[in-house]
Amino acid sequence: MTAHGMSLDGYGETAAWRRRLAVLRRLDWTLIIAVLVLSVLGALLVRSATFQILTEQGRDPEGFLKRHIFNLVIGFGLGALVSFLDYRLLRAYVPIMYVLACVGLLVVLTPLGSTVNGSHSWIVLGGGFQIQPSEFAKVGLVVLLAMLLGEPRDGEDGPATRDVLLALALAGVPAAMIMLQPDLGTTLVFIAVVLGMLTVSGVQKRWLAGLVGGGVLLAVAVWFFGLLKPYQIARFTAFLDPSADPRGAGYNAQQARIAVGSGGVTGKGLFSGEQTGGHFVPEQQTDFIFTVAGEELGFIGGVLIVALLGVILWRGLRIASQAADLFGTLVATGVVCWLAFQTFENIGMTLGIMPITGLPLPFVSYGGSATFANMIALGLLQAVHLRRRPFD
Amino acid sequence: MNARTHFRLVVLYVVVGALLLVLTGRMWTMQVLDGEHYRQVAAQNRTRDIVVPAVRGSILDSSGRPLVRNRTALVVSVDRTSLSRQKDRGAAVLARLAATLGTSRDELEKRVRLCGPTVKRPCWPGSPYQPIPVDDRVDPKRAIQIMERQEDFPGVTAQVQAVREYPEPEGASAAQALGYLQPITQEELDKRKGLKVTGYSAVDLIGRDGLEAAYDGDLRGAPGFRRVLVDSQGRVTGTAREQPAVAGGHVVTSLDAGVQGAAENALEKAVKAARARGEKADSAAAVVMDVRTGRVAAMASYPTYNPAIWTGGISQDEYDALLGKKKGEPLTSRVTQGQFAPASTFKISSVAAAIRDGYPLNGTYPCPGSFNVGSRAFRNFEGQAHGSMNLHRALVVSCDTIFYKFAYEQWLRDGATKPKKNPKDPMVRMARDWGFGARTGIDLPSEASGRIPDRAWKRQYWEATRATDCKAAKTGFPELARTDPTRAAYLKAIAAENCAEGFNWRAGDAANLSIGQGDMLVTPLQLTRAYAALANGGSLVVPRVAQAIVRPDGGVIRTIDAPPPPKLPVDGKVLAYMRSALAGVTKEGTAAGVFNGFDSGKVAVAGKTGTAEVYGKGDTSWFASFAPAKKPRFAVTVMISQGGTGGSSAAPAVREIYEAMYGLGGRKALLKNGRLPEELPRLTPQGAP
Repeated sequence: MTAHGMSLDGYGETAAWRRRLAVLRRLDWTLIIAVLVLSVLGALLVRSATFQILTEQGRDPEGFLKRHIFNLVIGFGLGALVSFLDYRLLRAYVPIMYVLACVGLLVVLTPLGSTVNGSHSWIVLGGGFQIQPSEFAKVGLVVLLAMLLGEPRDGEDGPATRDVLLALALAGVPAAMIMLQPDLGTTLVFIAVVLGMLTVSGVQKRWLAGLVGGGVLLAVAVWFFGLLKPYQIARFTAFLDPSADPRGAGYNAQQARIAVGSGGVTGKGLFSGEQTGGHFVPEQQTDFIFTVAGEELGFIGGVLIVALLGVILWRGLRIASQAADLFGTLVATGVVCWLAFQTFENIGMTLGIMPITGLPLPFVSYGGSATFANMIALGLLQAVHLRRRPFD
Repeated sequence: MNARTHFRLVVLYVVVGALLLVLTGRMWTMQVLDGEHYRQVAAQNRTRDIVVPAVRGSILDSSGRPLVRNRTALVVSVDRTSLSRQKDRGAAVLARLAATLGTSRDELEKRVRLCGPTVKRPCWPGSPYQPIPVDDRVDPKRAIQIMERQEDFPGVTAQVQAVREYPEPEGASAAQALGYLQPITQEELDKRKGLKVTGYSAVDLIGRDGLEAAYDGDLRGAPGFRRVLVDSQGRVTGTAREQPAVAGGHVVTSLDAGVQGAAENALEKAVKAARARGEKADSAAAVVMDVRTGRVAAMASYPTYNPAIWTGGISQDEYDALLGKKKGEPLTSRVTQGQFAPASTFKISSVAAAIRDGYPLNGTYPCPGSFNVGSRAFRNFEGQAHGSMNLHRALVVSCDTIFYKFAYEQWLRDGATKPKKNPKDPMVRMARDWGFGARTGIDLPSEASGRIPDRAWKRQYWEATRATDCKAAKTGFPELARTDPTRAAYLKAIAAENCAEGFNWRAGDAANLSIGQGDMLVTPLQLTRAYAALANGGSLVVPRVAQAIVRPDGGVIRTIDAPPPPKLPVDGKVLAYMRSALAGVTKEGTAAGVFNGFDSGKVAVAGKTGTAEVYGKGDTSWFASFAPAKKPRFAVTVMISQGGTGGSSAAPAVREIYEAMYGLGGRKALLKNGRLPEELPRLTPQGAP
């Protein structure tokens, strides 16, 4: 197993092709197929969520679908590129990635950033393009933590205290900026990723206990000192009792539950959801895409999506355990924690068991930045997988 | 990989698996176990019930000519609730709307404010939650502008609605009988069950007077509803279920547009003629009633107004004019609400009372120029003495002194100033039997009951006025005493008497009552009904204006029948005697001059004049009648307040009405065969013929 899988040095054309095919065969195809199926399902759901309103507005009914397919293609390209990188070389780029991510997040906070759905998390590039740096920051975070916590050690079970503190400090800067946008969902993803990666990196239990305890204290403080925006408090209140204000804050939660619940076992059929067609649930092609699945594809479709995401997470964890080194394990772990938390939070909020935050459903929701970031994460998993330990 | 990392990865496996299981379990409960519940909620979520207003029924005359019907109009309405939610409380929208409708924002703002004790019209008297109509004669182009540019006009709607229209067939307005519509108030909504606000401003009205009020339930119909599918923006995407509105029934009245028009015409002419003679003639009434059934063929009240004024908002000036005394309170129906002393027209009751009290029907009675009731001389009209006469002649020449004598003698028999325990009061009792002092029970709202000033009333009145009288008895009238000491002394003496024993039923009271004067009050309708009873042989018919409620397709929903009429406790011979006497009035009596040249060969009219003196005002002019005299079919009464003598003002109007009805004097007869149509008019399924 060579570290230069992509290089063509010293081999003829035929041999090079053979090597490429060998590499292709070594990819985790189960993972790829799961992502592909999920992406196709997602594209159909995006179409279902948007074609009626686009028709009513006199726009191209397939507009969102076309854009989404375009994003998916770009995303797959990015993912493929990342797959074939030697992930270990990423370490060299971590400082640049980190700085870029922080600059992006900083730009968002300046007047150059723009607000979409109450969250000031976008940079509009013009020509209909906009990026959400916080999505890419997730990738940066995973790689950064993996580098800091995955330092080669001499018989130690966990990372050095210095590294843990550095990791927390460096993770804290973008997290704070995202919190300021304010994007509570992404901040929570950061916390989940940090906690998951620290755990798997082998830190002492007291570290974990301290972090969790500190987090709870912080949450209590935030609540009591009124650091939350009124709409965030309203979302939490609405989460606790969705019928409290059915036209206001509870509206999304209520309508989402109605849409999903009314789907029943088999759903109302793709493109024939009445709640979906009537646009009762806002942001249906992005954060609330699962309501389309729930209504139109029913319990069966919902379980299918959860199962596909389960396959992705399972393959991710498998890749983590088979990785050639701790860095690889931690990269895969970080990706799994990120996707797992986002999956649970996103579907959980449509089912009324989690408060509403603005997070897309991985590989399903519409949205360029998120799709790209997810595909890069997929690429990272494949990159780790390609260089796994030979005995597996 | 060290063991700790490996173990923690396994923990992560478990955690991820558990999270996914939680999601699956939650989906199971929501979609499979509670799926039905959510489906129902979703159905409510997606549908909206729209009220489909019912078209209000028309009011038709006895041959089906519409007195009130609907025209379709584009009505622009403003929703207060929606305006108040806007940042500037709707100022910008109203300004735009004013520009579109060609009015001022100020005017619109006045129209959409709520009426209150200090807020004068124009204002909105209905429920604050109803859309307020601001224009019902809007140009369709402008209405379409408003409907198309809803983003510019939030809270403003333009709908095709039915609006009341008054075609006035044969010139018949019948304004007071028809009544009018007003927006439903919140109190009415709370009070009347099943009264729905449909959101259609021209439909959310309620009859406030006349037939519109009396038959509101029948005319209103039942609104339908349409359950439509909507999206989250409320846009309609389809219809799920529909229950059509049930149009209101038409009220077929017994009014004859022709006779009604003639009566209104005759009244106006009579009022003008009286005014030309120098009389004040401030109000008037005419009633034409079928004596056999009590059905009203015409009822006219003067002054009148055009009820179309109510549609589309009414200005304060217009409203003041309707209610104010200056314009003669045209909303008040003088037929059912006007109360006047009946004067000599009342004598039919007094004759019957005297006969029942034992005076011989064929007796001869002296009719001196004046008769002393106690210490006071009660005079005949203009003090004329006629010598002795029978009761027939007493009615023909309208002798008063004969009736004073009856009343005085009866009063003495009842114990005079120290009344017996159960006085007979024959005149009072007969008046009551003849339906005076009580509502006739006509199918119209706010009917007045008139007044018989009997002993109980006297006492009541005394109790109410004693304080003032006793004060005046002490202080006298010092101001008046400076100019007219005799009158002041006289008034002081009266006040003293009233203070001390004003509750007493005095001889003068009895005498006044016998000729329908003093405190006696009747409505023109009561008097007409009394004459109808005289004419039909003693049935005190209950008047009815409506005959039937008919479906728009012509099917009869119900006929409206009066309760069985009570019988007059008067012998048929007495009634026949009086009928023949009244027939003489137009030939040789007080109305002979007026009926000079009347084609009595074709239709003989029997009637009685009445000239009631009103303290401080002109005389009330009455003529109550029936015809044909031998085989009566109709009773016709005309009353002209401050119109002069019965013979000079009211009787000519009655003559004119008869001539129009029967086609006398070269006119075309309004009535076929001299009667109202026996059958209900046939209505085409399209509605009124």
